[in-house]
Amino acid sequence: MTLDEISITLVYSAMAVYAIAFIAYAIDLARRSAVAASAADAAAASIASAEAPATVGAPATVGATVSGGGTGAVASAKGGRGAASAALSDGASVAYGRSPSLRVGVAMTVLAWALHLAADITRGLAAGRVPWANMYEFALTGTLIITSVYLLVLVVSKHDLRFLGTFITGLVLVLLGIATVNFYVSVVPLPPALQSAWLVIHVFVATSAVGFLALGFALSVVQLMQSRRETMLATAKQVKRSFLATLPDSATLENLAYRVTIIGFILWTFTLMAGAIWAEAAWGRYWGWDTKEVWTFIIWVVYAGYIHARATRGWRGSRSAWLAIIGFSTVMFNFTVVNLFFKGLHAYSGL
Amino acid sequence: MSPRSDPGALSRPDDHIDSPEPSADAASVTQPKLGFTGWVRFAWRQLTSMRTALLLLLLLAIAAVPGSLVPQRSSDPNGVTQYFSDNPRLAPVLDNLQMFDVYTSAWFSAIYLLLFVSLIGCIIPRTKHHFDALRARPPRTPARLARLAGYTERALPEGETADAAITRAAAELKRAGYRVERYDLRGEPSVSAERGYLRETGNLVFHTALLGILVAVGIGGGFGFAGQRVVVEGQSFVNTLSAFDSFNPGRFFNDANLDPYRLSLTDLEAVYETENQKALGQPVDFTASVEITGRDSDETVDGEVKVNHPLRVHGTDVYLLGNGYAPTITVRDAEGEVVFTDAIPFLPQDANLTSIGVVKVPDGMPEQLGMVGFFYPTQTTLDSGAYSSSYPDLVYPVLTLNVYAGDLGIDGGKPTSVYTLDPSTMEQLTGGATGVDSIELMPGQTQDLPNGLGTVTFEDATPDGEPNAADGDYSQSVDRFASFDIHRDPSQGWVLVFAILIIAGLLVSLFIPRRRVWVKAAKRRDGQVVLEYAGLARGEDPGLDEAVAAFADRHAGPAPAADPDHAHDADDAAPASSEGSVAPESAGDPAKPTT
Repeated sequence: MTLDEISITLVYSAMAVYAIAFIAYAIDLARRSAVAASAADAAAASIASAEAPATVGAPATVGATVSGGGTGAVASAKGGRGAASAALSDGASVAYGRSPSLRVGVAMTVLAWALHLAADITRGLAAGRVPWANMYEFALTGTLIITSVYLLVLVVSKHDLRFLGTFITGLVLVLLGIATVNFYVSVVPLPPALQSAWLVIHVFVATSAVGFLALGFALSVVQLMQSRRETMLATAKQVKRSFLATLPDSATLENLAYRVTIIGFILWTFTLMAGAIWAEAAWGRYWGWDTKEVWTFIIWVVYAGYIHARATRGWRGSRSAWLAIIGFSTVMFNFTVVNLFFKGLHAYSGL
Repeated sequence: MSPRSDPGALSRPDDHIDSPEPSADAASVTQPKLGFTGWVRFAWRQLTSMRTALLLLLLLAIAAVPGSLVPQRSSDPNGVTQYFSDNPRLAPVLDNLQMFDVYTSAWFSAIYLLLFVSLIGCIIPRTKHHFDALRARPPRTPARLARLAGYTERALPEGETADAAITRAAAELKRAGYRVERYDLRGEPSVSAERGYLRETGNLVFHTALLGILVAVGIGGGFGFAGQRVVVEGQSFVNTLSAFDSFNPGRFFNDANLDPYRLSLTDLEAVYETENQKALGQPVDFTASVEITGRDSDETVDGEVKVNHPLRVHGTDVYLLGNGYAPTITVRDAEGEVVFTDAIPFLPQDANLTSIGVVKVPDGMPEQLGMVGFFYPTQTTLDSGAYSSSYPDLVYPVLTLNVYAGDLGIDGGKPTSVYTLDPSTMEQLTGGATGVDSIELMPGQTQDLPNGLGTVTFEDATPDGEPNAADGDYSQSVDRFASFDIHRDPSQGWVLVFAILIIAGLLVSLFIPRRRVWVKAAKRRDGQVVLEYAGLARGEDPGLDEAVAAFADRHAGPAPAADPDHAHDADDAAPASSEGSVAPESAGDPAKPTT
């Protein structure tokens, strides 16, 4: 077996493990919905049995870790098994304790990440250079970075963001699948235009930026769902008992999305500038409105808009979240459609 | 701009989230009629508002899109020509909308110029305000710290007076980079501290540097030029206006500034992949070896131009942007006299360097002669019988020529491309429908021209003494040409400086937290003195709570774990805050003006 064949085998193994992780995360989400529903039922039952004049409109938080210091109606855990069965009215967030499927999901993600990393390294060794010089390799390394950023954030963040695993493993799985099936090219030497130290820096920083922006996108999507749910709660409408009840509130999600996204934005700014410096050496001008440059610029401007929206009255919250979603869509557009179908100087897909 | 109720508030546009809410009255009051200045002020306020800036930003992103969908004259002029011939009806319409020059179009320029005006309108008052803030003292300690973020309290350390504890807190905060100010309110000594002024500095640097880039590109770029020149091995070029094949001067460029140095191409080496079966013939390296001679000296300096490694010489940058073959073709008349001999650059058409070139023989023949040539560095014959090249290097080079006789159309003084031949005023003599075979030559070979016009020779360019075509070695039998871009852009260094400032400003403005911290020795009703700590985030500041807690721990020791008496004290001190738990959720929330 050549190194490249080993790399491919590792990619397929990683994909298999990602698939297991994805299933585990999906089961966890389903379980969250069930917990939210049963908690709500329990609360309703307890309120009914106590005949307490509960103020349903006032959301309060009860959970294993938060003491019930609020003024709302306190529901006693009925037949409480574990931390998950205590809850208040529909408006409450539900504490969500240990979940075996979630732990399986994270463990499998770590395993898949290790396989993925090994695949990436062997591909680099097979090529004798950094493994991000054509579209297959961008996808391989880019998805590796998305997973890495996710795992890094799990370690660093104070909040439990494991619920994002469904999105992360799903995205990585889809992108890896497309890459191996449609974009695969065997190892070929670097064309002269790519023989530069900037290949190492510019492309790596760009893929890292994508990793952070992907996470920001996922958080923004959940933020929008959560905020919709909160609005319905505030207007006392019947709310479907979903897994959202077990997740942080929309303001927390928004802050998390913002923090991840600004890191991505700074990396993207650097990508743009490193690209300009490289373009000056390779093409004789630092900026020439090549299609890829245009889209890099568009992405930068959209995320600049996102950051400004966060500081503009009336734009904070859902509107800025939409900008983050549009921003990541342009990133994906830039990576796929622009690479494959637009004519330009960045013709390095190898396809 | 609008008056501020809080002198400490950041000077931002009215609709910035940190600005005070507009009072409801203002909207309902019937506005007096605006005079001219009133309207100008109104328009200025609108333009410099956050909402306008945001909309302009989004508009800019949208306006940039068409430039990637339609070929642009600046980056892809051939694509534009192609687009016109493919879409003869749509193209003129798009052209009227400046769709082929999006990034210099009136509408695109209008958006970014408005954006930058809006930016200036934001930067100037903020700079002034920030300058004032840098000299102002941190604001008075609020009466009730318990309402603020990260509120925590500690017992006064044994044997220390309230005053001494506050003095020590002030010193420690100062050491930690805070600007501090002592206050003594109603007998309660306190220290008010603020840090992170760099955040706003970074923000202003970032936005000013953006402006700097625009100015550097817009004005500095006008003094430069970009020229293209094809040079065949063994030939040279002098950096003067007339020597360029094409030349794009900046707006303020003066050709007297061209330094007429001489650049000679001694060798162009092309290396192609030969080992990897999946990448046979892929280019691995191109190196142009050149000699540079200055205007006033006979000394020549050797230089090298590679892809990604431009040669920076005499204030210009020389780039190797293309290369190909330049077969040397000699034409003799019926008497055997040489009427034409030159190395003709053939333009590559595909990865294996099948190339097309045109030979124009204006004089010395009964009629002007034109030849359209195809060059195959490694010729193979496809199943269809057509020729093709299977490898980009010189293994089996073949040149085919179709001969035309008539009027080349170059006598009228009309500029024509050396790479195209207009056959409309000429008669085809070989190839195509003529029934006469095209002339087919390998290096060193000569063939007769049709109609007894004379002969044409494909010269073997192999240097003397090396194995040449006659020996069956074609590896050096055809000269190569290099396509050089020669640029001068005096603004480039400035753009780089501003780009670095942008990154630096961005990092500082997004990651340095601007925060206020207060420490107060509060006297409880029972006479006990307790140290209170609280903070205020000014802008995004996720670490505020921890920072306050960490400072309190450092200053007065760790918090006693769940002391019920202690909690009771807190309630006592802050009766207004019913839950005593407003703080945690305010992390990252915008600063509310407090006085």
